[in-house]
Amino acid sequence: MLQQEERARFEANVLPHLDAAYNLARWILHGRTEAQDVTQEAMLRAYRFFGTFHSGDARAWLLQIVRNCCYTWLKKNRVTEDMSELDELAMPQEKETPESLAMANSDRDALRRGLEQLPRHFREILVLRELEGCSYKEIAAITSRPIGTVMSGLARARQQLRQFLTEPARKEAHHDL
Amino acid sequence: MTCELSQTRLHAYLDNELDAMGAAEFERHLETCPDCKTQLAASEKLRKALSQVQLYERAPASLRSKIQSSLPKLPATTHGSRSTSPAPWQRLALAAALLLAAVLGWRQWDGANHPAYQQTLAAATVDAHLRSMQPGHLADVVSTDQHTVKPWFDGRLTFAPPVRDFADAGFPLIGGRLDVIDGRTVAALVYGRRKHIVNVFVAKAEPSAAWSGSGGIQGYHWTAWQKDGLSFCAVSDAAAADLEQLKQLFLAP
Repeated sequence: MLQQEERARFEANVLPHLDAAYNLARWILHGRTEAQDVTQEAMLRAYRFFGTFHSGDARAWLLQIVRNCCYTWLKKNRVTEDMSELDELAMPQEKETPESLAMANSDRDALRRGLEQLPRHFREILVLRELEGCSYKEIAAITSRPIGTVMSGLARARQQLRQFLTEPARKEAHHDL
Repeated sequence: MTCELSQTRLHAYLDNELDAMGAAEFERHLETCPDCKTQLAASEKLRKALSQVQLYERAPASLRSKIQSSLPKLPATTHGSRSTSPAPWQRLALAAALLLAAVLGWRQWDGANHPAYQQTLAAATVDAHLRSMQPGHLADVVSTDQHTVKPWFDGRLTFAPPVRDFADAGFPLIGGRLDVIDGRTVAALVYGRRKHIVNVFVAKAEPSAAWSGSGGIQGYHWTAWQKDGLSFCAVSDAAAADLEQLKQLFLAP
């Protein structure tokens, strides 16, 4: 009985943010299979420690757990940034929906690749801000960084992404090395 | 080479993270700094591109069901945490007591401005948002065209909700429906915000009740405001700053 109530509360508060959890894991880890595994692990972890969550922003609380699980996974699997990036670039794209096909595919690919190539700590900030719509305060809480660092990181991340988009030739040459 | 402000202040401005004074100050600076102007335009363009190409990836359905099926096998809380937090029945009892106090408080003072009543209303509004997230419940009229959605409400309500598409500002209109909150029939306007859904509930404002303010419940944000004799409340799991932006769009003439 008690367990059922706790579960209902978890389902109402935390489970709605599953998409946010998966999206963050996918962008931190690059790979979708890894992202699924780590998201599941993070969700179960969140469930186990749900008793310590009293009130506040459930999404930020969950994303913080997801992020920690991602970095633990990366450390355990000794993934270096460069290797995973090249792997991901060779991976097939996700299933297209009619809407996404209608978009300018070249823009989309360029942006996706640009985002993939950002250093991980810039990428996660940009994903939280631009895709997830988190405030600076939430990003600071999720990434355990001061707000000032979030702010300057975001500036750098956008600058680098723009640079990548305007100088694709240079980047491709870099990849051939 | 680049203006120092453009490194961080500009981004905080772009993200709506500057307070009113900071924003005004930066706008004054923009007038005299072509460098910042160029940087801001480029960053805005990048943001727009990012929001349009749909890079957000939703969790596959298989993952969702895998997680749901693995939940009940686990103990709900660790022993350590249980000792520090009230048992669920205690929480329920507390919630019931608070609700009762809120309702009684509202009746007694007959003031809908009472914070406890506003909290109850906020909870009811977030509930309505959650209900709308069930498959098939989001919109009775699905259209991105405000001239289709607006007439749909004619004859269904005793007031005309202002229906406007804010796609240019990143809040595309998705549709509308009727909803019931606190026993009253209200209009619900549905907007998209990146991958999030925003419900804007519109009701006739009661003379004694000027519901405004904002808050969060269960990970959802709400923002309420009044305009032209109507009462508005936006609810979403999108960021609080996004709701504030939408509110400003509604308040603009």
